Amino acid sequence: SAEVIGASNLSGVRHVVLVLSGKGGVGKSTVAAQLALSLRHAGKKVGILDVDLCGPSIPRMFKAQDSDVHQCDSGWVPVFVDQEKSISLMSIGFLLEKPDDAVVWRGPKKNALIKQFVADVAWGELDFLIVDTPPGTSDEHISTVEALRPYRPLGAILVTTPQAVAVGDVRREVTFCKKTGLRVLGIVENMSGFVCPHCSECTNIFSKGGGEELAKYAGVPFLGSVPLDPQLSQSLEEGRDFIREFPKSSAFPALAHIAQQVLDGASQRSS
Amino acid sequence: FKTAEAAALRERLRCVKHVVLVLSGKGGVGKSTFSAILAHGLAADESKQVALLDIDICGPSIPKMMGLEGEQVHQSGSGWSPVYVEENLGVMSVGFLLGSPDDAVIWRGPKKNGLIKQFLRDVDWGEIDYLIIDTPPGTSDEHLSIVQYLGASHVDGAVIITTPQELSLQDVRKEINFCHKVKLPIIGVVENMSGFICPKCKNESQIFPPTTGGAEKMCQNLNVSLLGKVPLDPQIGKSCDKGQSFLSEAPESPATSSYRNIIQRIQEYCDQHTQEEKII
Repeated sequence: SAEVIGASNLSGVRHVVLVLSGKGGVGKSTVAAQLALSLRHAGKKVGILDVDLCGPSIPRMFKAQDSDVHQCDSGWVPVFVDQEKSISLMSIGFLLEKPDDAVVWRGPKKNALIKQFVADVAWGELDFLIVDTPPGTSDEHISTVEALRPYRPLGAILVTTPQAVAVGDVRREVTFCKKTGLRVLGIVENMSGFVCPHCSECTNIFSKGGGEELAKYAGVPFLGSVPLDPQLSQSLEEGRDFIREFPKSSAFPALAHIAQQVLDGASQRSS
Repeated sequence: FKTAEAAALRERLRCVKHVVLVLSGKGGVGKSTFSAILAHGLAADESKQVALLDIDICGPSIPKMMGLEGEQVHQSGSGWSPVYVEENLGVMSVGFLLGSPDDAVIWRGPKKNGLIKQFLRDVDWGEIDYLIIDTPPGTSDEHLSIVQYLGASHVDGAVIITTPQELSLQDVRKEINFCHKVKLPIIGVVENMSGFICPKCKNESQIFPPTTGGAEKMCQNLNVSLLGKVPLDPQIGKSCDKGQSFLSEAPESPATSSYRNIIQRIQEYCDQHTQEEKII
């Protein structure tokens, strides 16, 4: 169908970045949230669209789980996490009357909501729109990529954990990106090692190196390894700004580096 | 769901004594890991026939975890033959139908449902004591379909996996509500990744902190059983990656004794379930 792109709710968005993984629980929402915080600290205006309809994590990560969503003339007003309106969010989490209610929808209904989420949120002017996804390569992913295609996303960050079982799923996600024409910005290896806060011994709880190897195998950039960091987990639980509050924590350097690479990629494209 | 199809399915399932669904609202908490370990644990009794069905169509982890990567499914007159790890432990997964490890199954709901139906109808498990069904995260097509096709009354119950932090629990509460909605009994909840003991200094770290009381508090609030807590152990991931049984590889691990206790409780629950049916 012919869409009037110029007048759409996404016409003020400069760069769209998707965060994907074939595997659940590897840290997509975590990476999406930390990327948003890092970009905010670099002076950018950021939006996060959370299309995980069954397990929406983004609201809690910004202490916004009790927020409501309002409508305006152009559609839904996203939830702002701060007074400066530098980070805005949209998630099904805001639409649920009771947070413990399961969203038990089959594909077609999920697809309809995702189309609405992509088209009907009045984001305004954003430097970056980060799209957080559920695990897999199914309805949500197909619909999201199709709906975003006219807006030419910058690309996708793929998140994995180091072990072979996770990498095994994420390589399928690389195939998904190839098949749908979505550029892979790079792979993040999350939960890559744990440094004991008591004695500094490093244990590779979920193995090590699988993400880096996958990047090499797939011919895509390796964005870095993020270690397990209880301060990061705690920040996410409490909806705190890890990037601002814990710059000396073990996960900080890797997360900051990922954000820098996204910024570099975006300015390359702009020029 | 057509009556003829339903009849064909019920026929297959008549040879199955106990069905256990492994669920979680949250991804990456250890459903497949637990399913694999449960399968090995139950199959340790050679007199029991155990079957493990992996209905995670986008991310089928079970073949690798069971050391069956690269295996193919064979057809016979009586249907699809599961792939056997041991004589008494058979496995089925979409993973066996894919040509290459890079192949992605990019299907919408209806096609996924079709395959799940085929798995239930066409796999010739034979007579089995336990059918363990590993699921993808969430509450969507796969979950609705499996409950619909099996009929909630034919499932002994669901084991729900979580990790301690609220970000997991908030999704798991939804899964518990899903079970109530579709009248699926809940055997209990397993709290995985529950603490990590440094191998060097033996101090414990809460890598996934139970900021809202962990699974224990949630189970109290929602009146479901807490089957047990399993600590993080690097050997678990290693065993899964190598396709070996963690229980056999690391018999001394605290995680092993946790798993064994949980498996025993599940067995007891299933035995009681049979007793109750006999009484009725």
